Amino acid sequence: MANSTTERSKAVPAQNLSAMAVLAPAVGWLIPGGGHMLQKRWIRGGLLFISIVALFLLGLAMQGRIYKANGGDILDILGFVGDVGAGALYLLALANDWGQGAIAFATADYGTKFMIVAGLLNFIAIADAYHIAIGKKK
Amino acid sequence: MRITLRLERRSEAAICYQLSALSYQLSAKKITETGVTITLNHFSAAAVFALFASIVFGITHREDTRDMVRYGLYCFAMFLGGVLVAGWAMWVLRR
Repeated sequence: MANSTTERSKAVPAQNLSAMAVLAPAVGWLIPGGGHMLQKRWIRGGLLFISIVALFLLGLAMQGRIYKANGGDILDILGFVGDVGAGALYLLALANDWGQGAIAFATADYGTKFMIVAGLLNFIAIADAYHIAIGKKK
Repeated sequence: MRITLRLERRSEAAICYQLSALSYQLSAKKITETGVTITLNHFSAAAVFALFASIVFGITHREDTRDMVRYGLYCFAMFLGGVLVAGWAMWVLRR
């Protein structure tokens, strides 16, 4: 009896690791909140989208800096990791060469942090979408 | 001698401050002519940050809708409370 219960509990995660468990985080990375919307969590997805996109765009409007891939200073590497989390927004910013200007005033540094945090928040949203996909969260 | 040096340092600092303020005004004007620029002050930047971060925290850290709202509000209050406490602490330390 105990053995069958253990076997069942081991089998559940394997069953739940469906295509959605891969697709939701991938879409969620590319489009903030997309992983939630894909699983029909429209309001949650919409709120995540608005929050992350607004934070990123505000960062750009505040003349924040976008980090490119680098192997130099540890803070620059971490900045790049944070920025990459924003997915399509980051790629769009790189393609259009946004966020590359010299920082002209003090609050521009807040813009840089806004964009890094937008990426990091998207990582949290991705993890949440994954948990919904595997059935760990409703 | 010491007094003169201190005075010189103070005047250097004052000049630097004035120059940075001037360059800030010039650059802000220049940028607004070319594209969208938003200049938030320290508190409004912190408030905007707190708002969006709290929404994401609320959604991702709780299961039910009611708990999400509660946790989001809690995070928002903590962010802003932290900013105010830190601000007043710095003001006290500066005096």
